Amino acid sequence: MLRLPPFRYLAPHSLDEAAEMLAREGEQAMLVAGGTDLYPNMKRRQFTPRVLIGLRGIASLKGISGSPEQGLRIGAATTLTTIAEHPVIQQYYAALAIAAGSVSTPQLRNAGTLGGNLLLDTRCNYYNQTEFWRQSIGYCMKKDGDICLVAPGSPRCWAISSADTAPVLVSLEAMVRLISARGERLLPVRELFRDDGMHPYTKAADEILSEIILPATDGWHSTYMKLRRRGSFDFPILGVAAALRFADDGNVADARITLGAVASHPVEAKEAASLLVGQRLTPEVIDAAATSAAKRAKPLDNADLTINYRKQVTTVYVRRALNNFIQPTSEKESQ
Amino acid sequence: MKQQQDEQVQKAHPPYKIIGTPRPKVDAYSKVTGRALYADDIMLPRMLYGRLVRSPHPHARILSIDTHKALELPGVIAIITGEDLPQKYGILPSSQDEYALAIDKVRYVGDPVVAIAALDPDILDEAAKLIHVEYEVLPALMSIDEALAHPEVKINDEARIGNIHKAVSYEFGEVEAGFAEADYIREDWFYYEGNNHAPIEEHACVANWEPNPSDPVGGKLTLWSSTQTPHYVHRELSKVLGIPQSHIRVIAPNVGGGFGGKSDPFSHEICAAELSRRTGRPVKITCTREEVFLIHRGRHPVKMWIKTGVKRDGTLTAMHFRSFLDGGAYGSYGIATTYYTGALQTVTYKLPAYKFEGMRLFTNKPPCGPKRGHGTTQPRYAVEVHMDKIAHDLGMDPVEFRRHNLIEPYTRTVNGLRITSCALSECLDQVVEHSGWKAFRLAKQSGTSDQRTDHADAKSNQTTKRGLGLAASSYICGAGKPIYWNDLPHSAVQIRLDRGGGVTVYCGSTDIGQGSTSILAYIVAEELGIQPEQIHMETADTSLTPVDLGSYSSRVTFMAGNAAIAAARKLKDQLFSVAAEQLHTPVEQLESAGGMIFDTNDPGNTLPFVKAVQLAEARYGALVAAGSYAPPEGIHGDYKGAGVGPSPAYSYSACVAQVAVDVETGEVAVEKLWMAHDVGQSINPLLVAGQVEGGAYMGYGEALMEQQIFRKGRHKIPSLLDYKLATTFDTPEIETILVEVPDREGPFGGKEAGQGPLNPVIPAIANAVYDAIGVRIDEVPITADKVLGALKARGQAKGAGQPPTVKPVEIPSLWPTRLIKWQPEEIELARSNGNGQHADMRVPAKGEKS
Amino acid sequence: MRELITLRVNGERREVAVLPHHTLLEVLREDLGLTGTKHGCELGECGACTVLIDGVPMLSCLTLPVEVQEAEITTIEGLEQNGKLHPLQETFAELGAAQCGYCTPGILLSGAALLQANPRPSREQIKEALAGNLCRCTGYTKIYEAVEAAAERMQGGAS
Repeated sequence: MLRLPPFRYLAPHSLDEAAEMLAREGEQAMLVAGGTDLYPNMKRRQFTPRVLIGLRGIASLKGISGSPEQGLRIGAATTLTTIAEHPVIQQYYAALAIAAGSVSTPQLRNAGTLGGNLLLDTRCNYYNQTEFWRQSIGYCMKKDGDICLVAPGSPRCWAISSADTAPVLVSLEAMVRLISARGERLLPVRELFRDDGMHPYTKAADEILSEIILPATDGWHSTYMKLRRRGSFDFPILGVAAALRFADDGNVADARITLGAVASHPVEAKEAASLLVGQRLTPEVIDAAATSAAKRAKPLDNADLTINYRKQVTTVYVRRALNNFIQPTSEKESQ
Repeated sequence: MKQQQDEQVQKAHPPYKIIGTPRPKVDAYSKVTGRALYADDIMLPRMLYGRLVRSPHPHARILSIDTHKALELPGVIAIITGEDLPQKYGILPSSQDEYALAIDKVRYVGDPVVAIAALDPDILDEAAKLIHVEYEVLPALMSIDEALAHPEVKINDEARIGNIHKAVSYEFGEVEAGFAEADYIREDWFYYEGNNHAPIEEHACVANWEPNPSDPVGGKLTLWSSTQTPHYVHRELSKVLGIPQSHIRVIAPNVGGGFGGKSDPFSHEICAAELSRRTGRPVKITCTREEVFLIHRGRHPVKMWIKTGVKRDGTLTAMHFRSFLDGGAYGSYGIATTYYTGALQTVTYKLPAYKFEGMRLFTNKPPCGPKRGHGTTQPRYAVEVHMDKIAHDLGMDPVEFRRHNLIEPYTRTVNGLRITSCALSECLDQVVEHSGWKAFRLAKQSGTSDQRTDHADAKSNQTTKRGLGLAASSYICGAGKPIYWNDLPHSAVQIRLDRGGGVTVYCGSTDIGQGSTSILAYIVAEELGIQPEQIHMETADTSLTPVDLGSYSSRVTFMAGNAAIAAARKLKDQLFSVAAEQLHTPVEQLESAGGMIFDTNDPGNTLPFVKAVQLAEARYGALVAAGSYAPPEGIHGDYKGAGVGPSPAYSYSACVAQVAVDVETGEVAVEKLWMAHDVGQSINPLLVAGQVEGGAYMGYGEALMEQQIFRKGRHKIPSLLDYKLATTFDTPEIETILVEVPDREGPFGGKEAGQGPLNPVIPAIANAVYDAIGVRIDEVPITADKVLGALKARGQAKGAGQPPTVKPVEIPSLWPTRLIKWQPEEIELARSNGNGQHADMRVPAKGEKS
Repeated sequence: MRELITLRVNGERREVAVLPHHTLLEVLREDLGLTGTKHGCELGECGACTVLIDGVPMLSCLTLPVEVQEAEITTIEGLEQNGKLHPLQETFAELGAAQCGYCTPGILLSGAALLQANPRPSREQIKEALAGNLCRCTGYTKIYEAVEAAAERMQGGAS
């Protein structure tokens, strides 16, 4: 049986207390909310924190407030199930509900949180292995080693951003609130990410992600499509988060397309999105945007299926995501 | 579904009270309440936890092992290495090539090197890190082609030439003449990647040594283990530990799935036992999921070449089949597997001439072994796809082509196998009818879009292409020969009747979820006229229960079932003899049912079962009876190697698969599987249907998802996240049709269901993919990237035919073994002289006392 | 250092000294003797260790006991109430939905939570609810049938 390494467990009752604990314990400490990403990683010894600061007991980290007109505030420790089943999110921020509902399994979504998913450790099939396996092949730079096993000549780590909600929140232009003993700051979610598999987040070690803020819908519609082998359990091999706003004449007024699981961070396909603006969503326009978006996908051989395949289907998935908008009033992609 | 069950009930033979009726398994309630104990649930006082330290290299020489620091760690109680267990072992007497802990060399990543016992699992982690093993890394060979290309890198000394573990070569009938007779000859290469059993229960065991200084052996050992074959574990433990079998007791508690993956004796079992002997304390070793992938014994990767000759009318004239098996680092069951890749080609379709050459190679990967369908699944995939291609080449309906060549019941095959009952024709009828095969083909051929695509389906769009595929198969009902040569029974059952009316059935058979314990209870209950719930079952305990060879080769219902009938009938004779006197009725007029023995001419004239037991005990003394079973003689040819393939009976299956292929993404969805299975007579139709559905599910996963892949010498995906087991969302709808034509020798006419139904699923899906998109993927699994790649390749090379996906194997020289030629004699088999008779028609078998 | 905590398991208050890094799975099985909860990967990848935390299916292999001290924990041993089986337990037994039985406790708990929230689930909803539980034996068909039969039975319909 795989077991956790030893640690001390602290259970703060408020955010302030948590921030103080985190400041006090320093880099030996890690935060845990749902534990669905951290505990498996700890069992594989990808992390061996001396101290865990559990956020489950902090009531203010949970819950959804606001309205589509004003925007929504989602506590970082709100579970993915809550988000997937929330009627307002389902109707007005469809991509988020779809993405949250597509994470892993019902059990993991019941424990896993939005903040936890957003801050999911980057993944790589040389890295998400047991300590025995990693030791056997030789440790990689992301943990205990100094080379990248995917691209041995590379000076950097190519682990993949694999959170379903990350590209969605980028496309929705969400903000995040970070709190520390030093104070707090608001950050556009896109600035939370870094193109670095080893250090994928700009969040400082002493900061706690407390809240995700969705802007007012303001006419935006969104959708999310996920490529994976199985209907559950699997991380995305590709995620496409698209958000569009239409002008009164039915042409696209504004568009955002963000790809997940194609790099160490969610990748915005801005050029592709710009091809849609001012256009009617014809098959030709959609094709052009999909082809453009797919150019931004540069997968490496560290996830399921072949690189070539993952590249090829990116076009198809972007196209299909955009096809969902052709009749924005009709049924949304529900997968 | 309920309706279907009702139909199944009605199909049960009228005289049976229990047989053929759907009912709960005898252990169902302990399983649904969490009471059922599995190996890892066993916790004993003073128990230590053990763990194996495994090789990090695929191939290396061990230079030194330093355990000193680990031994000094507080809480570490014992550490052993290879030199503590120097006796080689292996499941087959002909492949004694494993050490419990490696000596001199390691041959795959995961080869056990050191075993530790400690007070708690946390200490084991630390201790493992303190063990220092110095290795000299050797070149690793990771594929069939590499193993052949580098004979100078010798992986395993069992290989006589290079890394060839076993090569066999047979010719049955006149193959060249057969090909000469053919109007059309086709050749194909196929590759089956192989996969893991992935039972949800990880292997676990608890060993307990109880010292006895007055015994020269020093004590007795008990091992509880999640094993399918306690008898073979018993033998190998005795051999390696040097403890007589009389002093070892192996118990299989509830086993959380096996599928063949728990049928070898394993290092963790031997090491737990040795650590227990050394410490005088119970020792538990529970494998991690990764270790389950490493100890493996899964489906062999096999490259296959087939050449078949056929006449214009579709009659097969000859087949030449070659298989190349990637065996991994050790023998395991591999010699048997090698034979199995060739042995059963003849039991589905009539082949007048057949040549088989098989070769197993050692590679630096976890050892392969038996998985559900042992060695027959890969060739069945290849043959059924090959047949499909020939049918298309001839312009025949694949169903009609198969039907034209079907083997007939109660005949002999060209390689000497005796065929008894066979309802494959009915199986084909059933799946063709239920799937709407003909209408679907007509629609396709006439170019009208098929109705299923037209039917509104939310997921359907213009990029979805549907197809139907069909395949047929057969499987053994128990291996005709045991794993080690002997002329003892393969299965024995003892029954004890208690004067209080209690019935205890003892059998070494091992229930791994397939329901074998329940089957024995139903059979005994039917014979004695009581309820199965009344019976106390003792199974899979080498000290309490008579030997049954184990849950492999789909043998238990047939063999233990017949042994149970034999034992029960002896007791029934005793009970009836006293009842006849008591009821003043001739014995021939008696029957037992509902806890009563009664006069069939005067059903009011009854004697309660309990009373009969007491009268019989007074008359005969203690009421204990045994029955045993060994397969009949003369069911195979007389050539060397004829021992693999014969079986007292064969089950038959047919499958139609409906797939929907997304031509833009290559994603394949299997929408439905129609399964028809010739089970002879179901003992409990619910359990038979469960086996068929489980086989269909597993076949689906093998066809599309499950990958046993390696990278840089390591298993690439040793976890249940990355190794894809189908979830509820993926698993196709399965419609099961049971075909019941009783076998003359089967218990109540019953045949196997545990393995056979898996076999046709993979080729049916492969054929359906072709039907949908016109592209053949001649390797399994058929993943989306392969489908899309093939579609694109076809698009680029217009009219260039099929994309080659499997490269031929380069054999360095001539086939490296002597050809054995064998001609079948014309053996007159009595044609069916009864229809639908069952147990009464049984031919008493050798070893069965009556 | 072990910490003394109180867990509410199957309606019983259990004081238990736990090491903080021992998961609920380990504590249930090894400290409280509730071995009905199984494990097949310990990484959240199979669903065998599913228990109910305040009625919600979660994985005991990824839960720390200290995190659920206030919660009502239900394991397979608690599905049976006062000697009476849960209808799902009855139908799983009667309809052959448990083969090796190893994934069964987790599936029963996921199923019980489903029926609690949705007494008449469709086949698709059953698939969704059980999508986090792998079964290697049954092909799921008999499991769906057993859940449907239990739902019917709980509605008072005889089946």
